[in-house]
Amino acid sequence: MTDTLETTYREALREAIRDAMRADDRVFLMGEDVGDYGGCFAVSLGLLEEFGPDRIRDTPLSESAFVGAGIGAAIAGMRPIVEVMTVNFSLLALDQIMNNAASLLHMSGGQFNVPLVIRMTTGAGRQLAAQHSHSLEGWYAHIPGLRVLTPATLEDARGMLATALGDPDPVLIFEHGSLYAMKGTLAADAGAVDIDHAAIRRPGTDVSLITYGGSLGKTLEAAVLLDQDGVSAEVLDLRTLRPLDDEAIMDSVRRTHHAVVVDEGWRTGSISAEISARIMEQALYDLDAPVERVCTAEVPLPYAKHLEAAALPQPAGIAAAAHRTLG
Amino acid sequence: MTDQTTLSPDQARAAIRDAIRKIIPDADFDSLAEDASFQSALELDSLDFLSFVEQLSAATGIRIDESDYPDLASMATSVAFLTRSNQ
Amino acid sequence: MATFTMPSLGADMEEGTLLEWLVKPGDTVRKGDIVAVVDTAKAAVEVETFVDGVVQELLVAPGTTVPVGQALATFGETATTAATTPTAAPVAAPTGPRPAPPPVHSPLVRRQAERLGVDLTHVVGTGRAGVVTRRDVTRAAEAIATRPARPEPSAPGARIRVAPYARRLAEELGVDLSALAPPPGGEPIRAKDVRAAAAKTTVAGTTAAETAHTPRPDAMRGVIANLMARSKREVPHYYLATTIDLTRALDWLHERNRDLPVSDRLVPAALMLKATALAAQARPALNGFWIDGSFRPADQVHLGIAISLRGGGLVAPALHDAANLALTDLMAQMRDLVTRARGGRLRGSEISDPTLTVTNLGEQGVELVHGVIYPPQVALVGFGRIVERPWAVDGLIGVRSVTTATLSGDHRATDGFTGARFLADIEQRLQQPEEL
Repeated sequence: MTDTLETTYREALREAIRDAMRADDRVFLMGEDVGDYGGCFAVSLGLLEEFGPDRIRDTPLSESAFVGAGIGAAIAGMRPIVEVMTVNFSLLALDQIMNNAASLLHMSGGQFNVPLVIRMTTGAGRQLAAQHSHSLEGWYAHIPGLRVLTPATLEDARGMLATALGDPDPVLIFEHGSLYAMKGTLAADAGAVDIDHAAIRRPGTDVSLITYGGSLGKTLEAAVLLDQDGVSAEVLDLRTLRPLDDEAIMDSVRRTHHAVVVDEGWRTGSISAEISARIMEQALYDLDAPVERVCTAEVPLPYAKHLEAAALPQPAGIAAAAHRTLG
Repeated sequence: MTDQTTLSPDQARAAIRDAIRKIIPDADFDSLAEDASFQSALELDSLDFLSFVEQLSAATGIRIDESDYPDLASMATSVAFLTRSNQ
Repeated sequence: MATFTMPSLGADMEEGTLLEWLVKPGDTVRKGDIVAVVDTAKAAVEVETFVDGVVQELLVAPGTTVPVGQALATFGETATTAATTPTAAPVAAPTGPRPAPPPVHSPLVRRQAERLGVDLTHVVGTGRAGVVTRRDVTRAAEAIATRPARPEPSAPGARIRVAPYARRLAEELGVDLSALAPPPGGEPIRAKDVRAAAAKTTVAGTTAAETAHTPRPDAMRGVIANLMARSKREVPHYYLATTIDLTRALDWLHERNRDLPVSDRLVPAALMLKATALAAQARPALNGFWIDGSFRPADQVHLGIAISLRGGGLVAPALHDAANLALTDLMAQMRDLVTRARGGRLRGSEISDPTLTVTNLGEQGVELVHGVIYPPQVALVGFGRIVERPWAVDGLIGVRSVTTATLSGDHRATDGFTGARFLADIEQRLQQPEEL
C-alpha cells in the first residue's frame, strides 16, 4: 500500500500544474487573475512565486485574445495551459476554440497540431446566477477536433492534466465549481491517468446511472437511496465526454437493461440526448424501458438558493427516475 | 351395475370402450385392431392401465385381479375375459 | 347488432381465457365460422359464431379470462362501423345499440386517407359522434404499416406493448408474449413480467399462477426446446446405470395388491419413486438446484415426475415431499398428478417446485433411458422397462424381474462417486419393499 495524503480537488489540480511545469519548460499557465490573485478559484495560488511571471501569466479580460494567444503558442511549439474563468465566458472565445483550435489540424492538411489545454470552471450550485452557472461542456463535446474531459474525482483532478498535455490536439478540461473544496485522500505518488475510458464508481445490477463531473456525487447519493429501496444501481462516471466511451456505456446497459443519464446541462440538445441516442442505436434490444434523463430545468439558472436547487438534478430526482425505468 | 349373467360380447366391447374413453377421450377405435396391444397402440402407461381396470371393474361389477391383467392386453382378449367371467 | 359471448364449452366451465382472435373488426362472418380460440383450462378450443354479421368491436384482448356469458365482441350488420382498441380488462357489454357513426368524412380526412391508402370504412372514429378524425387515419395507416412486420398475429389494433429487452428475453426463455396478461394501466410488458411468466411456466409452458392452462403444443415445444438445449449447453452431464433385481419388490407388491380393490393397488413405479425419494433425502447432494455457480440443496424431496402428454409434449410436476409420503398416499397423489397434468390443471407450485426428476420411460418399452437434466436441478433418475432375465442369485441362475436404473448427474454439483452411491442406495431400498 502506497502512502496517501489528505488533499482537496483544488490542491490536486494545483499539484498537477506544478508537476507539469517542472517536467516540461514549454508548459506555462495563463488566464485572468491566475498570477497575483492566485486564480479566481485559487487553483494557481503560489505558482507565481515558484515559476515567475513568464510562466504564470495574468491576461487582460479578453477571452478571445488570450485563448487565441494560447493557440498560437501551441502551434509555435509551446504547451500552454489556458484557464478560462468559467464556461459562460468561454463563449467569447468560442470562435478561437472551434474555428481555430479544433479546425487547424484539418485545415492545414495535418501540418499543424494544436497541443493546447484549456481549463475552465463549469456548473451551478453556488448561487452565482444565470451568467456564471451553466454547464455548457456538452456544447464542446459536439465539436470534432476537441477532447473534452470532466474530472469528478481527486485522482482525475490530479492525473488528467498530464495526459491532456501529452495529447497533440486541443483538450478542454471542465472543473465543476462545486468540486474545488472536495476533500479526500490521494495516493502520494498519484500521477497521470488514462483519459479514454469511463469508470464504474459503484457497481450494480439493476440500473445504470450514467453521469459525469459535478453530478457524480449526487448520483452516488441517489445510488445509496436506491439501495435502501432494494435497487442495485451502477454508477458510471463518463470522465471523457468526447470521445464518449460507448463500450463502457453499452456494457453497463447490457448488464442492467435500464439506464438513467444524469446531466447538469439542459435537456434539449444535450450530451444526455447524445448518450440516450447511442444507447438506442447500439443497445435497444437490451433495454427493458425507455432511457430516463435527469437534467437541469430549462431556465437560466435562478439566483435564489431554493430555486437553484430545484432547477438542478438532485439525488431524490435521480432515484425517482431510476424507479421509473424499473417500472 | 350391469347384470353379470347377461354381459354379451357387444356389451363387453362397449364397456371396454367406455372405460378407455374415460382415460383417453379421443381414442380412435376405428383404427384399433382387435389384437393390438392397448399399451402400445393407445400409449397407456401403468397408471392409465390401472384406471382402465378400475373403470372396467366398476362398470361391469367383475372382479379383476392383478393376475388377470395379461387378459386385458387387447380388445379381443378383453372381450373374451369379460364374457368368460360371466359364464 | 348481436353480441358474441364467452361460450360454455362444458358443464364444468365457468370461465375461459380468450387466446386469440381469428377475425378483426370489419370482417364479415357467417354462422359456423370460427372466430376465436378460447382456453378452457382443459384445451384450446376453437369457437364458432352462431350469427351472420360484420365484426364491429372486439371487447376483450387476448390473454383475458372472462366468465361464461361475458360479451367478447359485437357483430353488426354493415361494415360502416368498426372496432376500438380492445381493452385489457373485460369490458361490460354495451347496454344498447350505439348510434351508427355518420358515413360523412371531412375533406381533410378523405384526402389524408387517400394519401395514406387507408380504407375509411374500416377506421374507427374517435371524434364527436364517432366522426373519423385525421389522427384516426394516421393511426390506421400506422397499423397497416406495422402489420406485415408482426411475426405473430396479435389482436387487431391491440399491438402488445413489450420492452425491447423483454421481447428478446421472451424469445430466449420461450415465453409466449401473446399469452401474457398485459400489465395494468397500459404499461408495457417488461423483463420482470417475462421472467415471472417463465418461472411459472418452466417446462409445462403454462401461465396462470394457481391453475395452469393447457399450453399450446408449439409453445410447449418451444419451452422444452429452450430448456433442454440450455441443459445440454450448460450442464456437464455424467451418466451411470445399474441393473436392479426387482423380484422381491414385485412379489411383495403383488402379494399386497391381491387383497385390495383396484383403486388401492400400487404400481411398481410407486415403489421406484419412493425408493428414489428416500435415497435423495439421505443424499441431499443430488436434491436441489445449481444457481449462480453453486449448489443449493433443497429442504425436501419434491420429485418431478416426467409425464408425457397425449398429443406430444412433456411436463414434470412435483410430487411434494415424496420421501415422507406413505406408499398409498404417494400412489394416490401420483395418480391425481398424472390426471391433472393431462387435463391441464396443474398448480403453479407443482410446476415450479421439483428438486429431482424421475422418468419412467421403461413403461413404453425401452430398457435404458439417459435423461437430460431439468435445470436448475442437478440430477435425473430414469427407470427402464421391467424385464425377466436369467440372473444369478447365490450361485444359481434363475429368472428374475429386473430394471435398469440410470442417473444423469450434473458434474458441477456432484461427482460420479456420489451418483454411484445414490444409485446403489436406490437398489438397496428396492430390496426391502416393506420398508418403503
